[in-house]
Amino acid sequence: MKVMAQMAMVMNLDKCIGCHTCSVTCKQAWTNRSGVEYVWWNNVETRPGQGYPRTYEDQERWQGGWRLTRTGRLRLRAGSRLKNLVTIFSSPTMPAIQDYYEPWTYDYDTLISSPLTKHTPVAQPYSLISGQPMKISWSANWDDDLGGAPNVTQNDPILKKVSDEIKLEYERTFMFHLPRICEHCLNPSCAASCPSGAIYKRSEDGIVLVDQDKCRGWRKCVTGCPYKKVYFNHKTGKAEKCTFCFPRIEVGIPTVCSETCVGRLRYIGLVLYDADRVLDAASTEDEHELLAAQRSVFLDPDDPEVQREAEAAGIPHDWVRAAQRSPVWKLINRYEVALPLHPEYRTMPMVWYVPPLSPVVDQVQETGVDAEDVDTLFAAIESLRIPVEYLAELFTAGDTVPVTGVLHKLAAMRSYMRDLNLGRDPRPEIPAGVGMSEEDMYEMYRLLALAPYDERYVIPPAHSEQAHQLEELVTECAVANVDDGLEQDYAGVSGPFGEGSGEQSQPIAVETLQALRTRQTSDESWGPPDKHRRVNLLNWDGQGMPRGLFPRKRKGDVDE
Amino acid sequence: MSGASTLDILLWVVWPYVCLAVFVFGHWWRYHYDKFGWTTRSSQLYESRLLRWGSPLFHFGILFVFLGHVMGLGVPKSWTSAVGISDHLYHLMAITIGAVAGFCTIVGMIILIYRRRTVGPVFSATTRMDKAMYLVLAVVILLGLANTVGQVIGEYDYREGVSIWFRGIFRFSLHPDLMAAAPLTFQLHGFIAIFLFAMWPFTRLVHVFSAPIGYLWRPYIVYRAKPEGRLGSAPTRRGWDRSDLKR
Ligand code: SF4
Ligand code: SF4
Repeated sequence: MKVMAQMAMVMNLDKCIGCHTCSVTCKQAWTNRSGVEYVWWNNVETRPGQGYPRTYEDQERWQGGWRLTRTGRLRLRAGSRLKNLVTIFSSPTMPAIQDYYEPWTYDYDTLISSPLTKHTPVAQPYSLISGQPMKISWSANWDDDLGGAPNVTQNDPILKKVSDEIKLEYERTFMFHLPRICEHCLNPSCAASCPSGAIYKRSEDGIVLVDQDKCRGWRKCVTGCPYKKVYFNHKTGKAEKCTFCFPRIEVGIPTVCSETCVGRLRYIGLVLYDADRVLDAASTEDEHELLAAQRSVFLDPDDPEVQREAEAAGIPHDWVRAAQRSPVWKLINRYEVALPLHPEYRTMPMVWYVPPLSPVVDQVQETGVDAEDVDTLFAAIESLRIPVEYLAELFTAGDTVPVTGVLHKLAAMRSYMRDLNLGRDPRPEIPAGVGMSEEDMYEMYRLLALAPYDERYVIPPAHSEQAHQLEELVTECAVANVDDGLEQDYAGVSGPFGEGSGEQSQPIAVETLQALRTRQTSDESWGPPDKHRRVNLLNWDGQGMPRGLFPRKRKGDVDE
Repeated sequence: MSGASTLDILLWVVWPYVCLAVFVFGHWWRYHYDKFGWTTRSSQLYESRLLRWGSPLFHFGILFVFLGHVMGLGVPKSWTSAVGISDHLYHLMAITIGAVAGFCTIVGMIILIYRRRTVGPVFSATTRMDKAMYLVLAVVILLGLANTVGQVIGEYDYREGVSIWFRGIFRFSLHPDLMAAAPLTFQLHGFIAIFLFAMWPFTRLVHVFSAPIGYLWRPYIVYRAKPEGRLGSAPTRRGWDRSDLKR
């Protein structure tokens, strides 16, 4: 047994309202730079829908992830190592910018500098790739909320798998949002595809990063990742990907996407796993067994033997304690309501999802029946074949049994808690019917529905003696290499050897993030030390002279 | 070295050494100063229809051209005849393989340059250094191909001339006279090629030295732990080393 710790995430899809706050804050924090305008480390896609980049789930076409050979060995779907090297000069299945979307900006200056005219001046869209005027025809969430259905939606590779007849009817009744970040896989095919060995998994917390100084721009990782979550920075010529906000995680605060999620649906915590068994589990022959295989790789942090081995492996004691409190561990292995996204890609993804019950509830509600009655819901789950099959294609390689199981638990929780909330007698047979105790059901409700901040995020900070050292790795952090971009002409190239060349990377100061955490967790309102001497000019009506408008007189100052 | 004029010495002794020195120190400097800029700067994201043909043609072509140069410049004539390859056979091989490889390289290069010029985003991602490098590279390749094809009619045997001069540079046995006696196209090819080496570290050509051969052997997944033995975010300052037990 080789115990390793992995920082992981669970998202509770029932609560996602598709507001894209996570995407926007992530973009503001990490990818609002030249060269990555088209890049969304966090994106939210409407399902059914094509996703971003378009139809990325069609692995016949995009060749991402792993496959099993006939002899049962794991191979990159894109081909052998030799093939990978031979095709290095022109990557055969790399998505083009059009498969993501062509990023644009507006010619805002025409609005500002226009003389008085009869008609309102219009700002035209300009491509950030070519610098030419362009017609906007696609974006990272063009088919948001089923926009463009049915024409756009029917190209959804998952929908194609599920059914070919019922499409039209069911698009109108079935929709949910799927926020996606890099999965920080246990068996990352991006890393395995990188010829330079620049993509690595941090052995402390399993975060997968690209070493910006080692990346040579071979682009193989872009093909290799089945979730298409490695992006090519077309200005610096380097691959970039979600960093799980490692500078924040190291000081114990959640990622930007989680922190800002208005639905409070993201959970972050540690999972301990047995690194020796990852490859075996990923090579499980039957795709339907992959979910169970991956669950079995995780180790119970309450098991004394696991604790002993963890200590032997150098995992700090407080990390093991954090693993015991981890919401991720609870949702995956104790309540068994979280499922991995596309386990059939065999990368062992580490961002899991609680599938949404809402499609079922919505349909029941539409018929005017009590949508919180457990029997009605159970019956609906059985009869609504398409939504369940669709979820199964996303989360369990098409096996509807585990999905139905989870939906039953969620339905049971709904009914059971309604009785409690209405002051009726609780019905213990409801949790028992889905194999849970009443306590567990209540705890699960607390975690999923109330979702208190410090139960949602159980993030042990890296040890201070580690923190500095971890921060040493910030050459991985692409953002550190960026100029302020203000002067940047979008079609221009800077530096003697191209974008971003010749600059020394600035490490992100761990102190900055410590200060951020102090500010966020302190009881008092936070302000600069000389706050009492400042005036908010926005509130000042111009009358009188508020205290602090001028610095206090000191002895010896001469009056005018 | 006797009988070489000052110009010959400048051209065929001083120039190669200066350029090679720039080549070596330039790479050392670039690696230290600009690891982040050390990349292929691929433009495949913008356009792949032309790239799909041009890039492999060019790269595989030039790989064979490189191997041909290793044979022609690096291996003395006496060695090949010792293993029983007659002059005639050698030339036949060199000319056919060289011409095919050179032709692929040129076609690939034409496609790539056409693409670079006509595809807007690719063109605007082209630096001035790129343009200079393309020009020099194109001239060198064209002259090289002319030399190869010229072998069919010409009677100059570069293995008795250019090759000996070239090997001499690395063995410090200098033969500027041999180059002085070579045909003009050989002289130009050699002179400009040597200049290309001087440009090399300052262009995207550095990616050649990143050819990721190690990929064939390394484990699929790379793990990296935090670096040991450092305390803060800056490297340990002199006088502040920890008193660790040194073994
Ligand atoms: S999801 Fe992330 S870790 Fe997994 S293969 Fe893709 S980029 Fe790599
Ligand atoms: S911020 Fe939260 S609720 Fe909004 S789209 Fe993102 S995950 Fe969904």
